[in-house]
Amino acid sequence: MSGSLEKTATTSPKKSGLNRGPGLKPGASALKHKSLVVHGAWWWAFPGLAAVLSVHYVATFLGASYAFTDFTGIGEANFTGVENFVRLFSDYEVMASLGNTAFLAIGFLVATNIFGLLLALALNRGLKTRYFLRTVLFLPVVLSSISVSYIFKYIFAVDGPLNAILVATGNPDMQRIWLAEPETALVAVLIVAVWQNIGMAMVIYLAGLAIVPQELEEAAALDGAGIWKRFWHITMPMIQPAIAINTTLSLTTGLKIFDQVKAMTNGGPFGATDTLSTVIYRNTFEFMEYGYGAAISLVFTVVILIAAAIQLFLTRDRGVNN
Amino acid sequence: MNRYTKLTLLREIIVWIAAIILLSPLYFLVNIALKSRTEGVETPAYMPAMKPTFENFAYVLGSETSSTLYLGLFNSMVIVVIGVFGLIIFGSVAAYVLVRRTSKFSKVTFYMILVGIVVPAQLGLVPIYIGAQTLGLLGSPAGMGVIYIAMLMPLSVFLYAGFARALPTEYEEAANIDGASKLRTYIQVVFPLLAPATGTVATMAGIIIWNDFFTPLIFLGGSENPTLPVVIFSYVGEFNIEWNNIFSVLIIAMIPITIVYLIFQKKFIQGFSGGIKS
Repeated sequence: MSGSLEKTATTSPKKSGLNRGPGLKPGASALKHKSLVVHGAWWWAFPGLAAVLSVHYVATFLGASYAFTDFTGIGEANFTGVENFVRLFSDYEVMASLGNTAFLAIGFLVATNIFGLLLALALNRGLKTRYFLRTVLFLPVVLSSISVSYIFKYIFAVDGPLNAILVATGNPDMQRIWLAEPETALVAVLIVAVWQNIGMAMVIYLAGLAIVPQELEEAAALDGAGIWKRFWHITMPMIQPAIAINTTLSLTTGLKIFDQVKAMTNGGPFGATDTLSTVIYRNTFEFMEYGYGAAISLVFTVVILIAAAIQLFLTRDRGVNN
Repeated sequence: MNRYTKLTLLREIIVWIAAIILLSPLYFLVNIALKSRTEGVETPAYMPAMKPTFENFAYVLGSETSSTLYLGLFNSMVIVVIGVFGLIIFGSVAAYVLVRRTSKFSKVTFYMILVGIVVPAQLGLVPIYIGAQTLGLLGSPAGMGVIYIAMLMPLSVFLYAGFARALPTEYEEAANIDGASKLRTYIQVVFPLLAPATGTVATMAGIIIWNDFFTPLIFLGGSENPTLPVVIFSYVGEFNIEWNNIFSVLIIAMIPITIVYLIFQKKFIQGFSGGIKS
């Protein structure tokens, strides 16, 4: 297995990696020497920069300013102060969607990471068919979430496979109209979103596991460390960057869930599956209440930024790799 | 060192069982698409198709709704091509210049672009919509491509920058000594060296654009130029439960991306995980 180790050692300085170990310094120093030529002209960055400025900054700030108006897209926008915010905090639909969004985001974060890590650990080394299994398990990631949602809409349908299997296995009274009952609909949405994203978490964890030297684990095993001890004290600290990336990614994805709800339940039954994204969409683009929609969007943006900041703080690199 | 023991075999079997359960939804997808309407109604949903037929595919490809399906396929491809090309060209030069220049301005600019990855698009959508309307970009695949270039630019710059930063400058210096202009150095020396990052940007952006539903729903919904996900969404609607036909449409829509994925699967998986590593 030393072959794969050498490979990581020689490729990682090129990747300016998260793990520039002490042994790799000489390679890295070559990159630091002061360059003798001027590389490109600064205005080459202009098209990209202009695109980012207009779409990610100007548009976002303009959109945020609508939050304090009664803008509807037609005619004048009047300044209404915090009226939209007062309204949204007493809007049952928005408050319910806030709870649903939190449930989905946390459930999504926990489930994709646990299943993704388990699959990555199982497929990291040893299995003969590991490359084949990685390929097929990643497949859901490249499919469109709309298509995937419809597959599951059928699975959860009254006459769908799930109920049919329950009948066939002798549990006919466990049958439900899964997407039409408030208790099960939100969980169904969560399952669909998780199903599609396990493969993504898996490949990121696999990339993280690839840098854990097998020798280290074997040495620990010789010293009598059990599988749990090795996982907690060797693997976990070393895949810290992968954990940080995966949790950030799954948290923001989980908070933004929209497609699955739109395709499977459209927020129903009785708002049980409404998320902030679907409520924003409905108010902004169906009711054409740009001002009110912008106010909810602003709250949504703040929620995402706070969640991302908390999460980055919790999974920050505590110096194990330095 | 890695002996294949009985325990490994057991692990292999367990993972296979997990994989089969995980991928069972795809079995239902193909199975129902191959069942005739009557067989679909009369047999339990999990039962394999006894008389597999392609009549559902023939129906959805031949009926009057098929023209929107072809149009959606075409539009999605056009938008992906425009978007990916723009992201490669403008993203790579921007990242390269910002990484190589050490001024404070370029550093600040770089981080400003990165912030765009975290901020959700929702707030900006109405202004972008109004802006696109003013510029005449609304409802056309080309306009949609331009919008994607702007929306995904931070991701492209981030991926290219990670790679460009680790690139040794010697090649550029050699080209410079040989008298190559800045532009020529970039096109003939730097850009080819960035090829792995280009692959990552192309696969990630390609997948994101191809599968995106939210943005085209807003910008192309109700227009004459929907993308594939929007076509599927309006085809199914709220009450269509002819699953045999719906699933045939889904399979037709999945075929292009699945073929591309299976051909370049290594590149895809490396792209998604490696892009994050750098």
